[in-house]
Amino acid sequence: MADQSSSDYVRFINVQKSYDGESLVVKNLNLDIARGEFVTMLGPSGSGKTTCLMMLAGFETATHGEIILDGDSINDVAPHHRGIGMVFQSYALFPHMTIFENLAFPLEVRKQSKSEIETRVKKALDMVRMGAFGTRRPAQLSGGQQQRIAVARALVFEPKLVLMDEPLGALDKNLREEMQYEIKHIHNNLEVTVVYVTHDQSEALTMSNRIAVFNDGVIQQLAPPEDLYERPDNAFVAQFIGENNTLIGSVRELNGTACVVELGDGSIINALSVNVGNKGEQSTLSLRPERVTINPEAGSLPNIVDADVKELIYLGDHIRTRVDVCGHDDFIVKMPNSATHASLTPGDTVKVGWLAEDCRALDAPVDRGVT
Amino acid sequence: MAAATTSDGALTTADGIPLKASLARAERRNRNRALLLVTPLFAFILVFFLMPIFDMLTRSVDNTVVGSVLVRSVPVLSQWDDSSGELPSEAVFKAMVLDIQDGRETRTIGKVGTRMNYEKSGMTSLFRKSGRRAKQIKEAPYKEALIKLDKKWGDINTWRLLKRESDAQTLTHYLASIDMRFNDSGEVVRQPEEKQIYINLFIRTLKLSALITVLCLVLGYPISYLLATLPVRTSNLLMILVLLPFWTSLLVRTTAWIALLQKQGVINDFLVGVGLIGDDGRLAMIHNAIGTVVAMVHILLPFMVLPLYSVMKTIPPSYVRAARSMGATPWTAFWRVYVPNTVSGIGAGGILVFIIAIGYYITPALVGGVSGTLISNFIAQHISVTLNWGLAAALGSVLLALVLALYILYDKIVGIDNMKMG
Repeated sequence: MADQSSSDYVRFINVQKSYDGESLVVKNLNLDIARGEFVTMLGPSGSGKTTCLMMLAGFETATHGEIILDGDSINDVAPHHRGIGMVFQSYALFPHMTIFENLAFPLEVRKQSKSEIETRVKKALDMVRMGAFGTRRPAQLSGGQQQRIAVARALVFEPKLVLMDEPLGALDKNLREEMQYEIKHIHNNLEVTVVYVTHDQSEALTMSNRIAVFNDGVIQQLAPPEDLYERPDNAFVAQFIGENNTLIGSVRELNGTACVVELGDGSIINALSVNVGNKGEQSTLSLRPERVTINPEAGSLPNIVDADVKELIYLGDHIRTRVDVCGHDDFIVKMPNSATHASLTPGDTVKVGWLAEDCRALDAPVDRGVT
Repeated sequence: MAAATTSDGALTTADGIPLKASLARAERRNRNRALLLVTPLFAFILVFFLMPIFDMLTRSVDNTVVGSVLVRSVPVLSQWDDSSGELPSEAVFKAMVLDIQDGRETRTIGKVGTRMNYEKSGMTSLFRKSGRRAKQIKEAPYKEALIKLDKKWGDINTWRLLKRESDAQTLTHYLASIDMRFNDSGEVVRQPEEKQIYINLFIRTLKLSALITVLCLVLGYPISYLLATLPVRTSNLLMILVLLPFWTSLLVRTTAWIALLQKQGVINDFLVGVGLIGDDGRLAMIHNAIGTVVAMVHILLPFMVLPLYSVMKTIPPSYVRAARSMGATPWTAFWRVYVPNTVSGIGAGGILVFIIAIGYYITPALVGGVSGTLISNFIAQHISVTLNWGLAAALGSVLLALVLALYILYDKIVGIDNMKMG
């Protein structure tokens, strides 16, 4: 199949995957990844994201459809001919080899000269600031150090495409954040294309150019991080990415991009119509906790409702306030810890309000698909 | 921290007891309980394993029978100079006659004859005959009387042999087990050609055991790999098939092989039936080395599969995948990444199979014929047929030393720490 758009380096075209012939793990996947892009596949476990990565690496075969790498179909190309670097969740460093030998392995199988191997391994080790560790064995390194070596090994033979399968999953939080920046910097410096798989949304938001949110074998939304957070297309994405307040009701009026939704208790909410059906159908309203104002001036916001304060959680920079709004008692408001913030106590009744544009009317409610 | 120190700088607890003493006291209870739990096993091993081995080692050099029967002759004989070229003195002959007479009464003289017969044939009859007739000798000169009774008593080599073998310990059995002997003048020489059997037998035992080990590895490696990579349901079924030999009686299995492999057996019938071989060209596949190898590989295969399987189970599939993604062909990935990680299993399985094979007895006895018998069959024969327990013990000790030497060699090359049994 000929390359249609020169910027698309990796293309999934109508890819399907089934393991048992009865159910599809990946349902009709279409995804184009540009050269030099950092694309993250994000989703709960069992959503098909790792299967997609394995098909790209060549360890799983697509049941249907085509995978294109740099203009050529790679469906029938063996993994070792694809020239794709890969970082595994468990690092997969070879325990019987030293760090140097681990990094030299991809160069040796490419029959490079001793001196060439020497210089390139050294360069790769320096890149991840592990230059002094060449003679150690993987078991003698900490998790973070092993992680760095795994990244260096995937890059040492200068692949154009690197796949990472939850590479930071086994690290503690601080180290994970440090490594996120490090991987991001390496990506920027080397201009390599990265496909990254994770179930950690903050990791995805931090590192990616674009994020493909997977659920149930389907890409729910493919968008840059800020779009995904600010403008989720459907209820699953809204709930999966970031913290989210959900109000459920039925559509009363549809008016171009605006709509009116009536909630279960009869409250009327003005919202932005994003992904709703016809009048009378169910809709999920999505509203970020930081976009809610407490005790707004009357008439300053299109939506102002009563709220009963249920719980206050002090988190330092902000105070999470759980309130009961329109019959939903899991409504969260983030109050910045500023000098002027309202002082509330549980049991108070206050007003809360928000803009119609911040309240996105999405498709009918779904279960949060975490298995 | 509230750690205190004494004047010499050692750490103490808060109330001044040295930290080491306090720690030892705290750990003692646990240690004692642990010791108590292993006591039954320790006692078992001591009584049924260590003591028999010790007994075997003593038996292989034990030679008290001569000294305990020939109580009078042995002390006086030791003063005789066997290089003088002359027969012992009259006193020795007298002591010998009295010993033989006593030995006849207590029926122990035959033992000496049997013992001496291991060294030189004809000695049993010499002592039996002398025992029968010695009571006729009542007075001096004992020398002439005894020589008259049997002229072997006039042969200086008979006395040399008696003197050499009158010590409480002897090396004869060990020499015999490596095809050596003392000649008449007491020098260590090789056995005559037709009596050299044990060295060849040891070499054959080692060769066949090595062959069996290699075959088990070649056959067991793919099975283990399959077991370790298949889904649990399928691999459990396969594991049952692998373990099936364990659940069938050894005799049944071995006879099954006889039924299959013998000249009129299933395989030969089949080959003749399809015309691959003529009826007169039936293959000899049993009662020879082939039979031993085939039957023993079958029996020992699980001992190779189980350690290999348990090691392979721990190797994540991502190792080979990582190697493949870095450009290694399937073969390179297997050979340079997968196999090195199974070395501990290969070592454990190999050493297990080899050590069991080297001492295996029943299968070679049943299907080994002449060319397929191993050293253990000869040990068994010396224990139950020729009753030369000293030689059996010496052969057993040499086998033990051989196994230990190989074990040490293995430790030097692979390292015993790298061995994983499961």
